[in-house]
Amino acid sequence: MSGRQIMGADDLRRALVRIAHEIVEGNGGTDGLVMVGVHSRGVPLAERLAVMIREHEGVDVPVGSLDITYYRDDLTKIAHAPIVKRSEAMPDVTDKTVVLVDDVLFTGRTVRAALDAITDHGRPTAVRLAVVVDRGHRELPIRPDHVGKNLPTSLDENVQVRLSETDGVDEVLIARSPAR
Amino acid sequence: MSAVGLAAETWTRRHLLDVDQLSRSELEATLDLAAALRERRRAGDLGEAMRRLAGHTLGLAFYEASTRTRVSFELAARELGATVVDLSVAGSSAAKGESLVDTMRTLERTGVRTVVLRHPAAGAPYLVARTTGLRVLNAGDGAHAHPTQALLDALTLRDALGGTLRGRSIAIVGDVAHSRVARSNLHTLTRLGARVVLGGPPAWVAAFQHWPGVNVAASLHDALRGADAVMTLRVQLERAAGGGIGSLREYTRRWGLDEERMSWARARAPLLHPGPTNEGIELTAELAASERSLIGRQVSNGVAVRMAVLSLLAD
Amino acid sequence: MVGHTTARFGALTDAPATFLLAGVRVVDPANGSDAVRDLAIVDGRIAESRDLPDDIRRLDGQGLVVAPGFCDLHTHLREPGMEGAETVASGARAAAHGGFTAVCAMPNTDPALDEVARVAWVTTLGRDASARVRVTAAATQGRAGEALADFGDLAAGGAVAFSDDGAALPTARIARSALEAIGPLGLPLIEHPEDPTLASGTLMRAGPVATRLGLAGWPPSAELLVVQRDIALAEETGGRLHLTHLSTAAALDAVRRAKDRGVRVTCDVTPHHLSMSDAWVAGDRTFNWDEPGPTESEPFGEALDPLRAYDGTCRVNPPLPCREDALALIRGVADGTVDAIATDHAPHPPERTLVEFAEAAPGMIGLETALSLGLAAVEAGCLSLAGLLAAMSTRPAALIGEERSLRPGAEADLVVFDPADRWRVERDWLASLSTNTPLMGMTIPGVVRLTLANGRVTFDEGMGLLV
Repeated sequence: MSGRQIMGADDLRRALVRIAHEIVEGNGGTDGLVMVGVHSRGVPLAERLAVMIREHEGVDVPVGSLDITYYRDDLTKIAHAPIVKRSEAMPDVTDKTVVLVDDVLFTGRTVRAALDAITDHGRPTAVRLAVVVDRGHRELPIRPDHVGKNLPTSLDENVQVRLSETDGVDEVLIARSPAR
Repeated sequence: MSAVGLAAETWTRRHLLDVDQLSRSELEATLDLAAALRERRRAGDLGEAMRRLAGHTLGLAFYEASTRTRVSFELAARELGATVVDLSVAGSSAAKGESLVDTMRTLERTGVRTVVLRHPAAGAPYLVARTTGLRVLNAGDGAHAHPTQALLDALTLRDALGGTLRGRSIAIVGDVAHSRVARSNLHTLTRLGARVVLGGPPAWVAAFQHWPGVNVAASLHDALRGADAVMTLRVQLERAAGGGIGSLREYTRRWGLDEERMSWARARAPLLHPGPTNEGIELTAELAASERSLIGRQVSNGVAVRMAVLSLLAD
Repeated sequence: MVGHTTARFGALTDAPATFLLAGVRVVDPANGSDAVRDLAIVDGRIAESRDLPDDIRRLDGQGLVVAPGFCDLHTHLREPGMEGAETVASGARAAAHGGFTAVCAMPNTDPALDEVARVAWVTTLGRDASARVRVTAAATQGRAGEALADFGDLAAGGAVAFSDDGAALPTARIARSALEAIGPLGLPLIEHPEDPTLASGTLMRAGPVATRLGLAGWPPSAELLVVQRDIALAEETGGRLHLTHLSTAAALDAVRRAKDRGVRVTCDVTPHHLSMSDAWVAGDRTFNWDEPGPTESEPFGEALDPLRAYDGTCRVNPPLPCREDALALIRGVADGTVDAIATDHAPHPPERTLVEFAEAAPGMIGLETALSLGLAAVEAGCLSLAGLLAAMSTRPAALIGEERSLRPGAEADLVVFDPADRWRVERDWLASLSTNTPLMGMTIPGVVRLTLANGRVTFDEGMGLLV
């Protein structure tokens, strides 16, 4: 996907450093922190944040992942009911502060599904949300605790976070969606 | 150096951003040159003028839709021998979000030497003049200026009022505050020795009372009384709602022109309008078509005036 | 003029300084003193002349002035989110270059500084910067003007004030709630007083110049209405109100009357509103205390200068005032109605200012030119040097609970400058990442030679303490 670059590699790194710091600051330290990345790009993002926390605090925070896919009842409808495929490698979350990590926050439905999955898995003390981009258009009352960039968008636009782990480059792009 | 062999000195300035740059004698000389070129065109013999801009590439950069002015400039430039490039903004990189400065710099690199620029933002031609090496001719910038329009209005009026504007009273009625035509006319008319009276709703005229040589009238009757000529401006329909007046109907009732109201002005006082007209709003269709109306002559003077300006700009 | 290649920056985390500045003019607004003497710093503290080590480094202070370090109540450091225009690090260097030892970072960053963790982040970035970075937190969540921010937590987290700067609080109700909630914390609500319905669509101050230029004019009532509203609310709730970047005589009068009544209101003005007028948009470049420029004298007569007319760096919110109002603001600084001069340092990259006036991002950089503009006013006789220095140091510092003292024993927090020297505003002389100021290319008085914050040298122009 081509498009206009909103954040370059440097901007992205700076935002993640800040978010890592905010997470530790907001938790009053690293005790009880668990990072859970939402597939696909939330996972390398969660891992990067854990690495930054380790570099700064000298502590290894557990990292898990959740795979959310969309249920489509027919091809012409926009997906509206995400379901959790299967929870892989979820560390213990009971009595922990879970930080859910995703690349783009949009309607909030993916986050909602992830929240359900996490609470199915255990009883966390708290769940926080960290995203690289908040693009607005929320359909549920969900607000990120940590955000890299607020990016007001129109519905016919598409925001993509590209990471070297998955796409070979670090950047955030915005483009008009091709007509359906 | 004489321009087009017609004994007119070229200017030392490379841009025409607004008529405020021209002294009274320069204004008169420009109008004289335009009149001479007009005669030459009618006679079908432009002589030396045909080669004035030979080898010169001129770009039309119109960021606002316009047929009349754009065609007028294109004709003027071609008749002087220039190669004309039309930068049609819709579909160009400018529309895709390239900045004005970048677009103009690119234009300059392709060999264009003069740009005729019309832009919705006041001050745009000044920005281009200071960030590129192009010669800039302002074809209208936001509500600020439209120098060639004011020049052709002055030429039209001068012809209709016996060869001079000294001591004449000219009424301008309408949305002066948002009109670049009105602003440029205020410069030319006052500099040529005329008095100007403005008429219109307060939000559209009150701010101009401090302009030397300009008065603001309280009613249409007061504005027209004693006027040697009347100019009315296009009511910008998109601006009417919530923009200083109640409804268009009220504007027409209080400030609209028709043949009966025109009789409040001096006998046979001519009518000007920069076009395009909203018949039924600022003036009636009958008035626009009547003998008083110089609208047609304004248009035909446009090419001659633009030829004059293009000839006078320094290289 | 001292070459810029000798400029050096230090950090708050460096070793404390030790040196003697001989024969320097020390102006201390705290006790009204103004005398030429020696000033000694030992291990970062001001020392008595008799307690000095024999081998103390001696510097020649002849012709220089020492004042308490400046404090800027209104700075935009653009981090997080707009680091292309400025960062905490570069903004702090610009501050040090301008003689500022502390700046209050405004919260209209991306994301906004409305959460404790984010305030902590900016504070962390400032820890090893060239000036103390204090944070003004947002007054409402996300600066959206709807839900109040968590004032108590933010105050505990180090916020020195609250503001939704960039906009006024949108309704009287929210403004009243904010004043009521913030009051007991002893911190001010900083309001950007501008009524959006009156300001909407306007580009410069209403007046003959705006009429001439064909730019929609901003009426003074846009500022006055919010000032009146907030004064009434502050009076009613007892909350502490600070009105920032006042630009009209009418608003200043309202503040004066409110102070007389005992309302807890303070205000600041920017150096650009004091020195520049609306005629600058038309291309004039004369200061308000000098002879009027061509457009100022004849708004409708003169041809506009293509090199300067409609310069995007002259676009600012609130817009540059008419000369008359600017002179009233200057009198306000002189008589104390204006509590502080604050820069509203607003960096923007060139693609946002080298554009059509209507597209230009409003705001100009100001940390590095503030002292110079003030000194120009002093040279013209409309301000006293002591009055200027108080408005830039002790008085704004007091509003955020900082002290400024030049007494022996105090930690050195000061600026040393040469009022007789002049400098040309150009890219190479600016520490800010941005250059958006109409002063570019102009030569202005006053060169900062040394700045010390927390006893450390944070800026050194040819004095040889930092190499």
